[in-house]
Amino acid sequence: MADPMRIRAQSKDGVAKVRVLMSHEMESGQRKDSSGKLIPAWHIMEVTAKLNDKPVFSAEWGPAVSKNPFLQFDVKGAKPGDKLTIEWVDNKGEKRTDTATVS
Amino acid sequence: MKKQLIPIAAALACLAAPALAQKSASQSIDEYRAMLQDGNPAELFEMKGEELWKQARGPKKGTLAKSCDLGKGAGVVKGAFVELPRYFEDTKRVQDLESRLLTCMSTVQGFDEKSIANTPFGKGEKANVVAMATWIASQSKGMQFNLPQSHAQERLFYAVGKQLFFQRGGPHDFACATCHGEQGKRIRLQDLPDLRGNPGDGVGFAAWPAYRVSNGQMWSMQHRLNDCYRQQRFPEPNYGSDATIALGVYMGVNAKGAASAVPAITR
Amino acid sequence: MQKPIQFTLIAGAVALLAGCAMAPDVAEVKQATDAIVKSSFHDKGQAKVTRITQADETNRLCGEADAAGKPLDEATAKRLEAANMATIKWPANGNYLGDWKKGEKVAQNGRGMTWSDKPDAVNGGNCYNCHQISKQEISYGTIGPSLYNYGKIRGVSDPYDPKSAAIVQYTWGKIWNPKAYNACSNMPRAGHNGVITEDQVRDIMALLLDPNSPVNK
Repeated sequence: MADPMRIRAQSKDGVAKVRVLMSHEMESGQRKDSSGKLIPAWHIMEVTAKLNDKPVFSAEWGPAVSKNPFLQFDVKGAKPGDKLTIEWVDNKGEKRTDTATVS
Repeated sequence: MKKQLIPIAAALACLAAPALAQKSASQSIDEYRAMLQDGNPAELFEMKGEELWKQARGPKKGTLAKSCDLGKGAGVVKGAFVELPRYFEDTKRVQDLESRLLTCMSTVQGFDEKSIANTPFGKGEKANVVAMATWIASQSKGMQFNLPQSHAQERLFYAVGKQLFFQRGGPHDFACATCHGEQGKRIRLQDLPDLRGNPGDGVGFAAWPAYRVSNGQMWSMQHRLNDCYRQQRFPEPNYGSDATIALGVYMGVNAKGAASAVPAITR
Repeated sequence: MQKPIQFTLIAGAVALLAGCAMAPDVAEVKQATDAIVKSSFHDKGQAKVTRITQADETNRLCGEADAAGKPLDEATAKRLEAANMATIKWPANGNYLGDWKKGEKVAQNGRGMTWSDKPDAVNGGNCYNCHQISKQEISYGTIGPSLYNYGKIRGVSDPYDPKSAAIVQYTWGKIWNPKAYNACSNMPRAGHNGVITEDQVRDIMALLLDPNSPVNK
């Protein structure tokens, strides 16, 4: 299983600012190794977020997103104590899910 | 396009007005660096390092959090980073953070120091040392450097570090001082801290370990020194060698009072 | 294959200074430094430990002067400058200038002679790392003075005019071996130390002195 994400979700006046740091190589598929061979693409394809089991965010990513991606977004209606779950799926079918509590 | 709340929008607005003012290359780079501060991937390494420090590992199944003395007592991490390198009675050596971690991984956990030292950066147990160094350093973030110079060996290493800093050699006649021996200089567009004295908070000795965005790697001080020597056209220093530790003493003592920004993020 | 790590203890030094709060003396620091250098570095690729241990007198004396915070005395400085001047290889057939377009490439190239470079590769001059040169290139260093308008400022409208001979010669000499003019200059001895070839020096000369070079526009 891949390395865990680092999630922070702080709510203020009914809106939570969510920051996620993901651990992923995000290989674009266009780089070559020292022998000239293309390094195969390996990157996150989809990111979804749920607030207490309700989907609130989804994104489709491609090769342009850099290594160890940082994502930030706001969620309306989030209260301290709510559960925020982030999941990513990459092009190899690997997944990672992590949960944090809104503070 | 949907409006997005970006925390640095305020900072950028100040820099963008007046609209017709020409931005210097330095200003653009400062903006870029400000944007990098939020969400430093170094935090991923910190998390890993904390886990490793607290886990029972190695042939001896020892736990560093219980038995590793970084200079302030067994298992004490807070404030340790800003007092290293320092003299250790048990090894009778002046040691920096990374060589001390090698000592602990060997005595407490049964790992082989030499083979970890010889492992390439970014791989295996070498990567684990760097992760732990990142977390340990983060526990002193914002604290001021205060390396001890009470032991004769510490004073000797400061003097040796100073000699090494100014030592010229190789086909380019470079010394550390060639780049880091003057105020207000830069190499290409990279500002160079003057390391003969205190270059200020969060700069130079106070800026490593750092996450390097350009290659997506977490670099420790040993890694930084290794690459400095490579660019100087010098031979390669041994990992955790006395030369690298002496340079750490020289820079760290010179930086007395500077606040640590570690783990930092750079280009 | 890397040599295994050697952890050397400076036991003698510890015994000497136990309980003493004074700074270590000069001889002891020198001895410790030499011992630490020998035990701390290993050969890698083309970068050999002899690059440090067999540093020449110019590097050795200048490094020591810098560490002591006192410039070299005038007599020593003059002696080193003369010795370095004697090493300068002047161009064959008095042909000082090459192609400024190639010169710009040499100036931009910072590669060569590290342990990760191939020994037979073409090295760069490293010039933009320290100097501003053309107006167009904004990614320049400030360790050395700006060389923008180098030839123009010095009134070189024709590098082959005998009136320009002194400047042309000085420029060649400075690139080949800058220590000939300033014993403890920070600038590498690119010609003398074999970093760049005679042809590459010619091309840099053209970059700086050719009236058609962007540097002089």
